[in-house]
Amino acid sequence: MELFRNPNIDFLGKKWFFLGLSLILSVGGVLSMLFWHHIPLGVDFSGGTIVQVKFTSAPNLDQLRATMEKAGLKTNHIQRYGAAANNEVLISLEEKETSEQALDQGRDTIIKALSGAAPEGKQDLNNVGYATLQHYLMGKDPLHAGTDAEQRYSQLARAIVDYRDKTKNGVLNSIDEISPVAPAEVVRSFQSDFYTSSFGIRHVDIIGPTVGKQLQKQALLATLYSLLGMLVYLWFRFELIYGVAAVVAVFHDTLITVGMFSILNVEMSLTVIAAILTLVGYSMNDTIVVFDRIRENIRLLRRDSLTDIVNKSINQTLSRTVLTSGLTFLTVLSLYIFGGEVLHGFSLALVIGIIIGTYSSIFIAAPMLVAYQESRAKKGAGVAVLPADRSKDKVKVKA
Amino acid sequence: MKKNLNWKLALIAGTLLVFLWGIFLGTDPATSIQAIKEKGLVAGIQQNIHLGLDLKGGTHLILQVKVNDAVKADSQQAVERLKDYLRTANINYGDITIEDPVNHPEVITMKNISSNPAGDLRNIVTERLPEYDLKSGANDTWTVTMKPQSLTAMKQNAVTQAIETIRNRIDQLGVSEPIIQEHGLGEYQILVQLPGVDDPARVKEIIKSTAMLEIRQAVDNGTAYPTEQAALQAHNGILPPDTEILKGVVSRRAADSEGPNEAYYIVTKSSAVSGRDLRNAQPGQNQTGQPSVNFTLTRDGGNRFYAFTTAHVNDYLAVVLDGKVREVASIKEPIRDTGEISGGMNEQQSKDLSMILRSGALPAGINYLQESTVGPSLGADSIRQGVRAAIYGMLAVMIFMFVYYRFAGINANLGLFLNLVILLGFLGFTGATLTLPGIAGLILTVGMGVDSNVLIFERIREELRNGKTPPSAVEQGFGHAWLTIIDTHVTTIVSAAILFLFGTGPVKGFAVTLTFGLLANLFTAVFVSRVIFDSILNRHQRGEALSI
Repeated sequence: MELFRNPNIDFLGKKWFFLGLSLILSVGGVLSMLFWHHIPLGVDFSGGTIVQVKFTSAPNLDQLRATMEKAGLKTNHIQRYGAAANNEVLISLEEKETSEQALDQGRDTIIKALSGAAPEGKQDLNNVGYATLQHYLMGKDPLHAGTDAEQRYSQLARAIVDYRDKTKNGVLNSIDEISPVAPAEVVRSFQSDFYTSSFGIRHVDIIGPTVGKQLQKQALLATLYSLLGMLVYLWFRFELIYGVAAVVAVFHDTLITVGMFSILNVEMSLTVIAAILTLVGYSMNDTIVVFDRIRENIRLLRRDSLTDIVNKSINQTLSRTVLTSGLTFLTVLSLYIFGGEVLHGFSLALVIGIIIGTYSSIFIAAPMLVAYQESRAKKGAGVAVLPADRSKDKVKVKA
Repeated sequence: MKKNLNWKLALIAGTLLVFLWGIFLGTDPATSIQAIKEKGLVAGIQQNIHLGLDLKGGTHLILQVKVNDAVKADSQQAVERLKDYLRTANINYGDITIEDPVNHPEVITMKNISSNPAGDLRNIVTERLPEYDLKSGANDTWTVTMKPQSLTAMKQNAVTQAIETIRNRIDQLGVSEPIIQEHGLGEYQILVQLPGVDDPARVKEIIKSTAMLEIRQAVDNGTAYPTEQAALQAHNGILPPDTEILKGVVSRRAADSEGPNEAYYIVTKSSAVSGRDLRNAQPGQNQTGQPSVNFTLTRDGGNRFYAFTTAHVNDYLAVVLDGKVREVASIKEPIRDTGEISGGMNEQQSKDLSMILRSGALPAGINYLQESTVGPSLGADSIRQGVRAAIYGMLAVMIFMFVYYRFAGINANLGLFLNLVILLGFLGFTGATLTLPGIAGLILTVGMGVDSNVLIFERIREELRNGKTPPSAVEQGFGHAWLTIIDTHVTTIVSAAILFLFGTGPVKGFAVTLTFGLLANLFTAVFVSRVIFDSILNRHQRGEALSI
């Protein structure tokens, strides 16, 4: 099976069209970053508190908001998280509520507010950890265990917590539900000292302003260093202008991807930055494949004009470019659809980035190369000579 | 022309075996075999592939050490010593203070130094306080500043010591495989990762308690005053020299009496012994059966305690913990090396306190900068979703490769499979952690892994179209694609390396799997795939077409 047989498309002839398209996309993103949604920062970067709660039944968001307000918490937003059937909600507090000293008061207040009228003196079985349970069992000794008490109760506490978290997905409806893993005496003892609330805390993220700023700076530096690293490598392998063209193309991809996040108002988190850095590498791959072909063709077709050579090179590698991008796109799409809520931002960045990255290596990087060489030729300097001879030896095929 | 491929095939089989070993048996085969016998093959994988906190559940904390606390403690000591030295050298001084204890605790200001003692003063500082520099200012004011290198060393020391102390405390809590290390991304920060702890309140409390223990003298026969004012009034508004008023935690005396539970004591500012002199501390019970902490002192501390108690028989001593009086007792006879703290605590608290005292005091206070807790149920969900996405993504790619390239597609799929085995084996051998973004990196490796195959196959097709024979087309295809493949891999590894340097936790896990995956890909897509092509070509008749 073959999708492309000797394609012959005049890519460079349409370069102004594509440059215009890129300009519109980039400017649109930049405008949104400046005037509309800005760059929506996740809690990693902005600082703040996020608590992910799973309820036993479908939660009423308005009621939740009212409960939080009554507890004196200014919530940034309360939103449903993941599939509706999961009954999960994200509650996030404004950064102001998260001063460095009172870092975990927000969390405790949220839990207290949610617990509402908890039975006096009882602990919430849905929100106790292993250590607390083990300690309780040791103190209460409902099984009248002998010398092996510590080991028995540790195992029992572990079994109960695992059952709640893995089999029951984090929340129990009633204490009786632990009967499959706990002896009757233990269940009876639990009934007098524990109750089950209607929620379980799945995830808590509390990030102080210092760490947020620190991470912002690091993310920016990481992206810049990564671009710089590529520039140097391409300079060494090809020539400076190739490096510059590739880096401009990759910067263009990054800008448009971040712009899309701003337009779609999706939060940038640390994993999104990881995705963007991956894109930098990935888009660079595509560009290098085309550049490698250009370099090879310059040696082979000495009489053709650079425009023809570049066009021919893009056409020759087109099949590979589209196939690889398509396949990577398939895997990323699978990640986007099946990978769950936690990876949503990450896979979205990759979904956008792979499309843009493929587009840019064909329509941005190569035309830039041609435009630069042509302007040099007009000044009478001639086409930049590639270090072709050096690499020629390495191409030599081993028998 | 047939090639001898035996050693290459052996190498591939060997690699496969080695990395399968990594996945199922890892670096500790005995335990893994045990696990596999008991619970099946999956248990072997679980034994060897370390999961990150986001998949396993646990608590991730970033703390900042208030290093200036440690510096302040040192300067305060220097202030006391300076006063002593000046007094002995007969140099009059007005006031010696740390003017800005919050921002510049390393600067000591001395005011109104009597004229012309410059030489003596200089001698005192250079000989007695070698970590400090002396500078003169206007109006007989001098400043003594800690030398920059001593200051840096002291701050760094405070962080190292804090890490040690926190590790001691966490070890005693029995958390398995905790990570406690300096967090290189910020100044004076410590990263603490506690797998399996989804209820961090108790851990945080224990980490944070400074547990500064001192034994001081209690004046006024250890009288407990109901309020601060009452204590002051007992001395007509002026405290005896070198004493201060400290709040007491509900002690035996206060609890016995009716009335408010608050109590204030007047105690000396200096302490006879401190937490550094402790040799051991154990939970126990006092005579009335209340939970208590019994401690023993080191030889040196014991000697000082003996001297102190000998000089103060029939006086009262106060056990001060974190600036609060925990116990007041009369000194009946000289004591050498044991003591007891009780009052206002339950059994758990006495256990925690003795543990904290044993592990030593933190050299400085700490702040929490970040806390992230992942419940195990969320981790389990993430694993399920991640694995599902990986399987679907991989299946889609494999089916496409087979449909598009026929036989060559099978070749690529074999390479892909081997790539995954090597990647997971790497994780098994190195003990690197697999995080949720790490699983994403694995999926991405699948996508990028086939890139090399596509690059080579397209080139072979091109050569075939140009009329080359299958063997020479294969040779040319691999030869031309090789350089490109190196270039593309290097650039991606550059970004992964930068991610590794800058990232934390989950992101680091992503960089690790991506890098391992790409390295494995160089082997599978170039070497393994070539060997498979060659072995097929060996069996081909001359002129037979290649299935690609």
